[in-house]
Amino acid sequence: MPKKVENVGCPYCGVCCDDLVVTVSDDGKKILEVENACAIGNEIFHHATRGKRIQLPRLRQPDGTYKDISYDEAIDYAAKVLYNAKKPLIYGFGSTNCEGMAAAAKVAERAGAVLDNCASICHGSSFLAIFDNGYPSCTLGETKNRADVIVYWGANPAHAHPRHMSRYSIFPRGFFTGKGHKSRKIIVIDPRHTDTAQVADIYLQVKQGHDYDLFNAFRTALRGHEIPAEVAGIKREQILEVAEIMKKARFGTIFYGMGLCHSDGRNHNVDIAISMTRDLNDFTKWTIMAMRGHYNITGPGAVWSWQFGYPYCLDLTKKDIAYMNPGETSSIDLAMRDEVDAFINIGTDAGAHFPIEAVKHLRKHPWITIDPNICMASEISDLHIPVGIVGVEVPGIVYRMDNVPIQYRKVIDPPEGVLSDEEVFERIFKRLGELEAEEAAKGPAKAVPQGIRAEE
Amino acid sequence: MKTVTLTLTKPPELMLEGQNITPDNFAGKKAAEIAALDVWEGKQKGPLGNYFTVEGDGGATAAETKIVLCGDCTRVKRVGQQMTAGEIVIEGDADMYIGGWMKGGKVHVKGNVDSFCGIGMEGGELIIDGEAYHHLGSSPRGEWRGMQGGVIRVAGNVGNDTATFINGGTIIIGGDADIHVSTHGEGGTVVIKGNAKGRVGGQMVKGDIYVFGEIENPLPGFQKVGEVEQEVDGVKGRFAHYIGDLGERHPVSKGKPVYANIYTRI
Repeated sequence: MPKKVENVGCPYCGVCCDDLVVTVSDDGKKILEVENACAIGNEIFHHATRGKRIQLPRLRQPDGTYKDISYDEAIDYAAKVLYNAKKPLIYGFGSTNCEGMAAAAKVAERAGAVLDNCASICHGSSFLAIFDNGYPSCTLGETKNRADVIVYWGANPAHAHPRHMSRYSIFPRGFFTGKGHKSRKIIVIDPRHTDTAQVADIYLQVKQGHDYDLFNAFRTALRGHEIPAEVAGIKREQILEVAEIMKKARFGTIFYGMGLCHSDGRNHNVDIAISMTRDLNDFTKWTIMAMRGHYNITGPGAVWSWQFGYPYCLDLTKKDIAYMNPGETSSIDLAMRDEVDAFINIGTDAGAHFPIEAVKHLRKHPWITIDPNICMASEISDLHIPVGIVGVEVPGIVYRMDNVPIQYRKVIDPPEGVLSDEEVFERIFKRLGELEAEEAAKGPAKAVPQGIRAEE
Repeated sequence: MKTVTLTLTKPPELMLEGQNITPDNFAGKKAAEIAALDVWEGKQKGPLGNYFTVEGDGGATAAETKIVLCGDCTRVKRVGQQMTAGEIVIEGDADMYIGGWMKGGKVHVKGNVDSFCGIGMEGGELIIDGEAYHHLGSSPRGEWRGMQGGVIRVAGNVGNDTATFINGGTIIIGGDADIHVSTHGEGGTVVIKGNAKGRVGGQMVKGDIYVFGEIENPLPGFQKVGEVEQEVDGVKGRFAHYIGDLGERHPVSKGKPVYANIYTRI
């Protein structure tokens, strides 16, 4: 009889829905049904057992094709690439568990690599603002139970976090918000009239790239000063109306997304949003939260801050000194400035997400992809190491967008012989140690990597 | 003053981190000892002599040491970092962090520089004949006490995030500035002889900004209070005086709030 697994966590977005019910076939090999998940989360589970999976690492051959090799050979290749590079870059981690991130950090430290995660092209600018200005945040539970005014600024959860509005912000009935949607005021601020804007009580169409000016106007108005007749395409009356609603709220939360993090000014847009949140706390209770993208992209920030003191863009090339300065040690900048000479893409798809110029620069050097699936990165790599899917085949700890850790479980076993991210990195770590010992015994001469690089 | 001439003969494959190239480190050392100082290319530590030829010995102290860098130093960063005295001349372009955290002495770059030059500066003089990129005279990440003192003079344009968290010192820009000038500023002076794109003085508490040209997108938090006649960097002119950022906190001195000032030339 098919088995129902309840309270399963979803390995898709930062909302980390943990109320999924997954039905698994008799033999435990096929996922039959997924309940409660959004369309995308649903697909992640079904995808795991629908088609043929890659079960062995694949190494690029001189003729451009892939050849299956053993995990031992793949781990040896990866360790040698890391060992021989002057400045390798290990990037990704949006879709893996904290155990894998901790193991990768050990490898990065031993190999003298740069360690970066997807925040680098996502909410990294939020980190910079948080360093500068603090983070008056809360948990999603507090928003659900208390908030009567919700602001979505430069975020479109209707598409990017499909269940965010129904689980935490707009629709749920919480302890002090028994009337649900009816008792809440929704404000959406975005240059585009998104599907999220459809459910808003007030929608402000800010001029693209002028969010900072609008925040500045809100802050000036909140302190009782005059503001110009129009700021960033919004009329003064509307700004004052929204400022008044925010002041009169019982509890408010500002959710912000890429509209602030990746329009002109980046961290400064988030920075002034934090300043405004602080200002609003002179009147009532206001909080702010980053709409983190992947289900465990908050994880590397938590894990590496604990290990090294920095959440992302970690330059560990000096091994005993961790250094961080996005703009220099961030993946895209390193790639564009030709500052790295090996690349490991893990739990993300740099081939799809990076600017094409950055990909071209990185492709001059060995490129290794560690990912369960075939993706753009795996198809241009020199080596593709398949792993189990976290949250479906591999259990582990993940951090939700509000920094709440959740223990994810597995519903099925990974394909036979396939390792987890953590196991792959632990074995690379061990192999690096062996290489160091071999070199120490041999003297100063360096080994040449055995893998063969494909022709461009 | 004794001069040490470094000529880049073997350019690095990646970027070269030359934080040891300062008069403080060269003082009291012979040419051969200077050639043995460490520089970094990624995780590889190597002697400076692997990349540069070294001519001349250092002076007895940092103040008596002058360093001249020849060759294409576009991929050399951190020159003059944390220097306290002496002089450095770069005969062309250079990369990031030139004169970062410097406390004294003088750095003269005859070409362009990349980002983060003069960050966390406490004193001394940084002169750039070409253009500078982002974060000129800015504060290091997470540091709310930015530039404390010294002078930065750039002949050309600068990128964004100039003088973030500036606390003291002077930055003079000959050309235009991109967005974010003196964001979170708590003192110091920035002079822009060209135009500024926008977000000038956002979240600024104290300090002065002079713009000779125009501010394309002025912030709503600044209000005009009058006009003043002033001499700025040897140029006399009439300026419109704005105070702000009215959205930010401001200290009170003698019963009156202290604001940051923006002056735009009329």
